[in-house]
Amino acid sequence: MGGGRRRRACRLCAEKIDYIDYKDVKLLQLFVPERGKIMPRRISGTCALHQRKLAEAIKRARNIALLPYTTH
Amino acid sequence: MRTFEVMFIAAPNTAEDDLKKLTSQLETVVADLGGTVTKVDQLGRRKLAYPIQKFDEGIYSLLNVEGSGREIAELERRLRVSDIVIRHMTVRTDEDLQRAAKLKAGRKTAAAARSQSESDLALNNDDEDMEE
Repeated sequence: MGGGRRRRACRLCAEKIDYIDYKDVKLLQLFVPERGKIMPRRISGTCALHQRKLAEAIKRARNIALLPYTTH
Repeated sequence: MRTFEVMFIAAPNTAEDDLKKLTSQLETVVADLGGTVTKVDQLGRRKLAYPIQKFDEGIYSLLNVEGSGREIAELERRLRVSDIVIRHMTVRTDEDLQRAAKLKAGRKTAAAARSQSESDLALNNDDEDMEE
């Protein structure tokens, strides 16, 4: 694959994170690129379960202004 | 029994006394309705990710509440009415934390079973295929 990255296991599974806290901005920011969007699974490589929890946590964090909805 | 996390943001120009008063008020509200506040956390001043009511920063507070859920209704009403609160959010945590604990426990037993079978078999192909 030209410049493509190798498929690797879910980072959150590897770290054994069972509960993704919306207050953990540092962790969430790893999955929120510059634009403020949620990084898709095909890029971050997270498993379905963790991606779901992550999305939930990011949305909560946005609501309480810990993360931006958008940046310009 | 359910557990909740109630987070609210007070306006940055709030006097410390007002914030204290509000927090203690909220605590009594919860106590009156039969719940308990297990933890009060003042997270302090923090820059907001986006402006809320023209404010660029806010004072974050977090309450951990345990109860039936009825006290949350009153708590939320209070937060909505209060002038100094510019944003609030309640999250129910018991279900997710329980699931997390279960996953953790499951992993422990799986690890124990694995080391058991490893010592039984002595040679084992180290294929660590996790889910997917």
